[in-house]
Order: sequence, then C-alpha cells, then structure tokens
Amino acid sequence: MTPAVFATLRDRRVRPILTTGVTLGLAVGVYAISFGVAGVAAGATTGQTCAMSLLVFTGASQFSAVSVIASGGSIGSAMSGALLLAARNGVFGLTMSRRLTGRLPTRLLAAQLTIDESTAMGTTPDDPDLQRAAFWITGVSVYVFWNLGTLIGALAGNAIDPKTYGLDAAIPAAFVAMIWPQLRTRPGRRAAAVGAVLCLATIPVVPVGLPILIAALAILIAVPAPAPTTQPASR
Amino acid sequence: MTWGLVLGLATGAYLFKVLGLVVVGDRSLPAVVERCLNLIPAALIAALIAKDTFSVGQHLQVDARLAGVTAAIIAAWRRAPVIVVIVIGAGVTALVRSLR
Repeated sequence: MTPAVFATLRDRRVRPILTTGVTLGLAVGVYAISFGVAGVAAGATTGQTCAMSLLVFTGASQFSAVSVIASGGSIGSAMSGALLLAARNGVFGLTMSRRLTGRLPTRLLAAQLTIDESTAMGTTPDDPDLQRAAFWITGVSVYVFWNLGTLIGALAGNAIDPKTYGLDAAIPAAFVAMIWPQLRTRPGRRAAAVGAVLCLATIPVVPVGLPILIAALAILIAVPAPAPTTQPASR
Repeated sequence: MTWGLVLGLATGAYLFKVLGLVVVGDRSLPAVVERCLNLIPAALIAALIAKDTFSVGQHLQVDARLAGVTAAIIAAWRRAPVIVVIVIGAGVTALVRSLR
C-alpha cells in the first residue's frame, strides 16, 4: 500500500464507494460459501476448490465447471462451458483498459480482478480517479470475500442458501444502481435496452454465457453517429 | 476434479481478462471504436440485470426476483444510495419469496 492509496481512501467521495464495495463483497461471499460446498461435493479437494477461487476468480465459470463435473461430465465439457462464461471478462477488460492506464505489473494485477462487479463499479462515477478507486476497491473486496467464503464452504461442507435472504437479487439490484448514470444519454439508454433484449431473447437458445457476449453487440446499434449532423426537428 | 482442470481454467480465464486490459492496453483506438466502448457498460450491465432477474440456466421465469429488482429500480430512480438499493432489492425479494 502506497501513501497514495491511503490518500484515496480518505477522500470523502470514496466513502460510499467503499461501503458499496464491501457490501458487494459480502453478498458475493455468501455465494462463495455455496461454491466451496459444491466444489468439495463434486470431488475436489479443499486445496483444489480454494485454488480455483484464487486463480480462476470468475464465479459463474467456477460454478459451471463444478456442476458439470458433479453431474458426471467430462473435463473438456467442464472447461469449454466455463471458458465461454469467462469470455465476457475480455470485453470488460477492454472497457477498463480505457480507464486503468498505468504500469504493466499494475495492469496484470488489475486483469485478475476484472469481473462483473468491479467493471460495473469502475465505469459508474464520472471522475476517472473515482472510477479507478471504485474498480480497485470492489475488485479487492470481492476477491477477499470470494476466497474467504470458498474456504469456509469447503471446510464446513454446508452453506446457507443465498435465496433465503434474497441475495440472488442483491447483485442485480446493485447493477441497477450502477447502470443509472449510464442512462442519462440517449445512446446509453438505447445500448441498455438493446443489450437487455438481446440477452433475454438468446438465453433459451444459445449456451449459457453466450447471451452476455451477444448483448455487447448492442453497442453497434446504439453507437451515435460520427459527427453531430444537422437533425431535422424530430423532438 | 483434477488439477489439470483447475489450472487450465485459471489460465484460460486469465487470458480473457488480460486480452483487453493489457494487450490492447492504453493504445489509442479509432474514435468510432472508443465511442462503442463507452457504451459497453450500459449494454452489458443491462444484460446482466436481465439475466439475473429472469433466468434459471437456459430457462426464463418470473419469480420473487422481479419484485426485488423492480423495487431496486424505484429506489435508484428516487436517487437512493447504492447500498440502500441493494438492501431493498434483496429485502423485497426475500419478503415476496417468504409470502408465497
């Protein structure tokens, strides 16, 4: 930790980001307990289950891989399904690359923390410094709680059902709050609407993981025209 | 479960993450690509919300989550802090689920 990090954490504007980051971490941590239980139940050792959370660190992929193995699937199908789910992190990384400029080692570390929650938080504030702070705070918080939860679940062998506390809605609710500032512009609203529709329309017909990638195509429809051309009185 | 799967998956997942963040890095892209990239969060976050609200695997269904996410949308619209939006979303979902 450098003094710059402490200075950032003392910034008043960072306080709500810190609260949100830790809350997201806790919600994700409850899921991690389920993952720890599922990993061991699928025949993985505690070490393998924890290594997965430490090294793979992509919840949906990990759950997918473990459930394929648990239902008797091959290593190959476990791998391909999980990697398809992990592919969206590539798009997230591309988005964050515009904001997380810096030295190579820093970006290599940031890459491991590039997931749904950190990217959503890292693109929300208007200020670039706050975006970076939000990305790192959320990424580190989710990483810590995800791995802590995995260890607890793998050792305890049973977990509370996240559904009991409505935690399955906690993450989408957080995303609702995060997407709000993006809806201020017309292209933003259009991208969101098209993205949601593309995702829902393709969920029943393509493999899990692909709908989110297809939704990214919404940007091609929503992107504004290159130059502000003279518009006829249309509004 | 094998170490091969754990390490293979770790490598693959990290390669995806590194692809955008390090390979493309901070080199400047054509203006039209930049404008597209600015819209990615809106498109992808909306897609994640839709998926988390309606899907169970490859099936779509309406359940207590929709009530919670709707409540969250109202809270966000009333400019509630993110933490409040999260608590309302989870709380309403748990409440509706317990009523059924």
